[in-house]
Amino acid sequence: MKVNIIGAGLAGLSAAITLAKKGIPCNLVSLLPSERAQSVLAEGGINGALNTMGEGDTPAEHFEDTIRAGVYLADENAVRNLTEQAPEILRELRDLGVPFHLENERIIQRNFGGQKKKRTAYARSSTGKVLMTALIDETRKYEVRGLVTRYPHHELEDLLTEELSANSKSSCCGALIRDHYTEEAIVLQGPVILATGGMNGLFPGETTGTVTNSSDAAALVFSKGVRFSNLEMIQYHPTTIRIPGKRCLISEAARGEGGRLFTLRGGNPWYFMEEKYPELGNLMPRDVVSREMYFVAHDPNCCGQVWLDLRHLAGETWRKKLPDLREEVIHYLGIDPAKTPVPVEPGIHYFMGGIDVDISHRTSFRNLFAAGECCSQYHGANRLGGNSTMGAIYGGKVAAQSAAKALAECSGKISGMQAQQTVKEGKGLVPVSEEAAQQISKLLLGALGIVRTEADLEAAIGEIDRMLSGRKDRSGDCTDFRELPAAHSSNPKELRRLLLAKALLLSASCRKESRGAHYRSDYPETEDDFRTKMISYAAGAEVFAAPEQELPPG
Amino acid sequence: MMNYQFDILRREHADAEPWHQIIAFETEDANETVATALQKIGTGHSRDVAGREVAPIAWEAGCLQKKCGACAMLINGLPRLACDTFLRQLKSKKITLAPLRKFPVIRDLVTDRSVMFENLKTLEVWSETTSPVKEKDLDRAYDASRCLQCGCCLEACPNFEPGGSFFSAAGFAPQARLLTSCASSMQDNIRKLYQLHIYDGCGKALACEKVCPAGINLDRLLSRSNAVKIWHRK
Repeated sequence: MKVNIIGAGLAGLSAAITLAKKGIPCNLVSLLPSERAQSVLAEGGINGALNTMGEGDTPAEHFEDTIRAGVYLADENAVRNLTEQAPEILRELRDLGVPFHLENERIIQRNFGGQKKKRTAYARSSTGKVLMTALIDETRKYEVRGLVTRYPHHELEDLLTEELSANSKSSCCGALIRDHYTEEAIVLQGPVILATGGMNGLFPGETTGTVTNSSDAAALVFSKGVRFSNLEMIQYHPTTIRIPGKRCLISEAARGEGGRLFTLRGGNPWYFMEEKYPELGNLMPRDVVSREMYFVAHDPNCCGQVWLDLRHLAGETWRKKLPDLREEVIHYLGIDPAKTPVPVEPGIHYFMGGIDVDISHRTSFRNLFAAGECCSQYHGANRLGGNSTMGAIYGGKVAAQSAAKALAECSGKISGMQAQQTVKEGKGLVPVSEEAAQQISKLLLGALGIVRTEADLEAAIGEIDRMLSGRKDRSGDCTDFRELPAAHSSNPKELRRLLLAKALLLSASCRKESRGAHYRSDYPETEDDFRTKMISYAAGAEVFAAPEQELPPG
Repeated sequence: MMNYQFDILRREHADAEPWHQIIAFETEDANETVATALQKIGTGHSRDVAGREVAPIAWEAGCLQKKCGACAMLINGLPRLACDTFLRQLKSKKITLAPLRKFPVIRDLVTDRSVMFENLKTLEVWSETTSPVKEKDLDRAYDASRCLQCGCCLEACPNFEPGGSFFSAAGFAPQARLLTSCASSMQDNIRKLYQLHIYDGCGKALACEKVCPAGINLDRLLSRSNAVKIWHRK
């Protein structure tokens, strides 16, 4: 039996390599090859307190910055492990041949938001791509040795689970995957590590992520009853631009290297971040910067637009550190950022919330693990730039170690009925329809913006409920479902997406405070009572959300 | 409003006969790309010029910002990324879309590009020991790390044939990261593999460099690999 890894980005590859090094075989399942994973889009860098910049940096300070930026919501023990291991992981990556920027053969680290010391290793602003290349090459070695078996055009169609007894946890015993080339269904037995990335597909065209990140995997496991946490914590990156079909990130590295945000007030440039936050200025954590941008954009004394000013950057900086960023802005906006300020706006970039995991990356189901952006760990209520890449690689390692233990215990028995029944259908599930996707996205965007209110959240929940009940009663007595295009079909992927969407909204509604990325204008203060995970889960067609301590264990 | 006409080479499955579907496309967006146009016409709601329904068009999309290589296809006969092709930049209002020709077609514009990944296994593109990059090799290692494995270079290469022993740029670019920047760590047979699968087959046409969507300086990588592995220069 093998460990089954779903997703072949940074977290999935890290898990595969960790297992292979132990001699444990795994299946590595992805919709597209690793070269197409969203991880290749990561730009600015990867954090670890290597202390190469003579600032006396330590893992303890990395820990403190991470916890503080996450507004005390992340598990301190998990974050301590991450930050202590981070320097060693950076050294391992360098040993794999990652071309981090070097001077005098020493890794150079740059400033990044929310961190007081230079801690972010980088390769221009294409760090994710070069990390992925090194991990893909390393994984290839184990593919040839038969330890990693790729399924590179395969979709997770179902999670195979069993109830061991009435009172025990549900248990995962494998995955049903579907070959997109041949439509063939394949049952993979054994523990499963989910490394499926963020829920960008809930917001088609509105995030900086990839199209492939449909959120279908998250919606599937949510509908199976796996617990999620902190789904209300959605990161709006301060500096994005709209490009055809999506939002495009302007890396935080632009501000790390000296970029300044301004708006026009009374016709004059106002560098509002520097005025309001004299210490970190433009490099405050992303939640703070995006919120300030929202406020100044809505300030009647200002012009409604924010620009990123990079005109003063040295030629050397453009040549050696940000040439790719400059090229990208010229390509998409037709303006040279070295000469003209770049109009920017906050856009959805990362999901701090996701599948709830413990310090060992175990989920609420036995033999089911999660790592990378799909899980909720390390980032609390707001993620620091440079912590996602490190969190994915480290999380993949930990999940792999836990899965290796589970493999030894796993009974491997597939509840045959369920697997057979699903396989019999013969064709893959229909994707979420464009209409339903847009309808759900519109509701979520309206209620889960940078500033949120109870009224907006409740209205959106009501709409989702109408769509859900229209579906449930589509042959029955529901009168208004005809107005709702999404309700016309009985597409299981749409139903699951509705459940997950409702969980995001309910989590935001239940967190009656403001913390990190979750800002409620009706509850603007951070409350000690809410220094806790917001858990959400589905039971049948019902969705529940509550602070962790109010829930029964398990 | 701008009017375009797409001529899309369609095929329901690998063994089906390919056929052309002509679809009129209107847009007001000056920044429309082939990818965003496909997103709009490919979802199964439009009709072609003959009045037939346009069944969902199969194509691979990923990042939509030319960083993942998923959407490589032939656009007006040239291998390009759909997301990197603005309609306004094309000379003609008639746009032909077809799958890359050097890979087996799966469906419509989707091809099975696994030969590239198999070739990298044959070339043993991995490191057996620790292989930190030296500062002098940084630029090259960075450039070699950027290969998208999209396959555009193989379409353009006059010497690459599927199943042949020459692996072309999709092989030598990733290999160059290890060959030229981690030379001390290389496996003994890497020179032999390089000679057999790259050096002996390359006619130096460098069409690969002209079509590379990532703009990798492939000439430089190739020259350096030759210098290191064939001529034993450091």
